[in-house]
Amino acid sequence: MSTGRIVAGALAPHPPHLVYAENPPQNEPRSEGGWEVLRWGYERLRKDLAKTDYDVILVHSPHWKTRTGNHLLAVPQLSGLSVDPIFPNLFRYTFDMKVDVELAKAIHAEGQARKLEMSLMENPEFRVDYGTIISCHLANPAWDKPIVAVSSNSTYFDFSNEMGQDEMARLGEATRAAIEQTGRKALLLASCSLSHRHFTTESELPEDMSKEHITHHGQYLWDMRVIELMKQGRTRELMDILPDFTEQAISETKDGSLAWLLAALDYPSFPAEVYGYGSVIGTGNAVVGWIQSIGTANVANSR
Amino acid sequence: MILHGYIVPGRPLPLLAPEKNPHWAELRRGFEQAREEIKVSGADLILLYSTQWVNVIGHQIQGDPNPEWVHVDQDFHAFGTMPYQLRMDADFAKAFEAAGRGRGLFTRAVSYKGFPIDSGTIQALQLLNPDNALPACVVGCNMYADRAETIVLAKAAVDALKATGKKAVAVAVTALSNRVFPRMIDPKDDRLYSAKDDEWNRKLLEMLEDGRVEDVSQVIREFSQQASGDQRGRAFWWLSGVLGQHNGYAGKALAYGPLWGSGAAVVSLSPAPERNLSREFDEGEVETFGGERGVLAGGKTAEASAPAAAAAAPKPVSSGAIHTSAKKAPKAVGAYPHARRQGDFIFVSGIGPRQPETDEIPGGPVRNADGAPRDYDAAAQTKAVIENIKAILEDAGSSLDAIVDCQCFLIDMQRDFKAFNEVYRQYFEGIQATRTTVEVRALPTPIAVEMKVIAKA
Ligand SMILES: [Fe+2]
Repeated sequence: MSTGRIVAGALAPHPPHLVYAENPPQNEPRSEGGWEVLRWGYERLRKDLAKTDYDVILVHSPHWKTRTGNHLLAVPQLSGLSVDPIFPNLFRYTFDMKVDVELAKAIHAEGQARKLEMSLMENPEFRVDYGTIISCHLANPAWDKPIVAVSSNSTYFDFSNEMGQDEMARLGEATRAAIEQTGRKALLLASCSLSHRHFTTESELPEDMSKEHITHHGQYLWDMRVIELMKQGRTRELMDILPDFTEQAISETKDGSLAWLLAALDYPSFPAEVYGYGSVIGTGNAVVGWIQSIGTANVANSR
Repeated sequence: MILHGYIVPGRPLPLLAPEKNPHWAELRRGFEQAREEIKVSGADLILLYSTQWVNVIGHQIQGDPNPEWVHVDQDFHAFGTMPYQLRMDADFAKAFEAAGRGRGLFTRAVSYKGFPIDSGTIQALQLLNPDNALPACVVGCNMYADRAETIVLAKAAVDALKATGKKAVAVAVTALSNRVFPRMIDPKDDRLYSAKDDEWNRKLLEMLEDGRVEDVSQVIREFSQQASGDQRGRAFWWLSGVLGQHNGYAGKALAYGPLWGSGAAVVSLSPAPERNLSREFDEGEVETFGGERGVLAGGKTAEASAPAAAAAAPKPVSSGAIHTSAKKAPKAVGAYPHARRQGDFIFVSGIGPRQPETDEIPGGPVRNADGAPRDYDAAAQTKAVIENIKAILEDAGSSLDAIVDCQCFLIDMQRDFKAFNEVYRQYFEGIQATRTTVEVRALPTPIAVEMKVIAKA
């Protein structure tokens, strides 16, 4: 078996609005569209992903919140109805997914070897969280690849953002090691928004784009600063300022997804591709990709 | 009205695995004791707030009459599944939604098949109300809500109880200290995460056992800082809000112990007016929610922008005529109600001294049946007028203390003012309402004194 590797990683936020706006057959509510710039961003990400060869999707989701360690889905097939507890009016989605249990078990072992708290979720009645489902749907609506879902173990963030981030970085390393060891070609998704201050009311028509804007200019400035570092391939610097960003932009990075992704990718120094940025109910969201074949080729060309 | 209040923990270990740790079993017994109290309370509704149902868009209220699913906890999936079939009062959910909107909140009753009801709600309803004997109403916890907004939410719940005439027990699903072991532990090793958390929990329980519900609501921010409070203590704000924001309760800690390191307690609170200790208000009263919270610079606080929201908000469900029972207030002598709630105020009709049901006039009427003037006691009439007003206001959920303006009518200023004024002083000296007193030639019934007041709702 050849050595596995991470072929691509993406910041793949999960506002249910994006699935709602698209009207896929799996989702029950119907819309008149909306949030096109972000949805076009996902479209472009999908085009680039179509050029890469990957056989499994790993997703770290802020909406599988665990406080007892890092949990991994470990049931081969999971299906059911996912209803968003915050936006049940927008997202009631029938899902059916395959899980790469072998890879999940390898991550479990690699995590334990690094003294991380690891658990396998083996209850077949478990309802997969909507963050995982939305990011997977938007990256790969065909659902033709198995997934591995990693919970957001946010406990260490309760102590400090730095401690939380450190844990996530170790989990990222464990993830990479498990992928290499099992020979997988993996796509990694960090399912999170950037700045994350929501509006707390909703317009009558949720997709009324005349009502959509970032909650606060300060949030926007922070988002742009973070995106600029991604574009310039300065991801180690990004890790350094991430605790402050998390605090000041009230960012969903507090749940660890982005730190996990950057660590798993070993802090890429090639420029990330920014596919789209937009606000969803006031929060800042970017679709950003680190695709090894494209990124490293660009770096080579620019030399 | 609310008959009892309860605090119960949300981590579902007492439901899923009471046999794995004696503390978990004790907590389960605490739930069972609370269940017995609720059974004989005469309640017709369980009104529940859960910190595990985290909301972003305003506050959602469960409006599905029969939610049904097989739930698995995000952390404790290895301890088994939680199938549920619950009974919700969908009409009450609608009334609560309307009352919330009336107070400027973004409340929303939701009814969707497969809606993910949280572990804390499931545990509470299955252990407190196992056969669905009572219907429930469940409201979520907004992660951005400050104390003012959470109290307004509680007041909206009380409005809805008044509007529907329901008697409820209020249940707050929340941890005390909320630090947990960030790992899988052997259940038999469970203990409080730290001695510090344990001490803070015990301090809180001491206050609760003393019935000091409002005091707990006021200190919960500090508690949350020190002991990592669950959702910053929002459930305690809500509970004190629905219980009337005072300290007149008798509390019982039915159980206390660790759940994965967090502080878990089952506490029961029953009204005990005689124990009502003084309370201290360090923050202004708030009746309506004024929109966006001041989380970011430039945000408005709930209080500051309240009038604008009140103006924009639809009419409260409880607005309108208040007809006090004939057992409590003299019957009207025309086509008018005893009082009318409008916005934040209750406008009371002119009220005389006639006694409820009998029409008897304390101190005697001013004329005999044949119309001849007779001697009467103006002081006794004044006292009866004020007592009637008190009964009407209290029945409407307000009180004499809440009176802001008072108009007084005497048929003989020269004869009666001194006696009237002395009785008035006894009641109103501490209230300091504005007052206007005028002499009128006659009143519709043979009485010498009538008063008309405006009070805060
Ligand atoms: Fe999210």
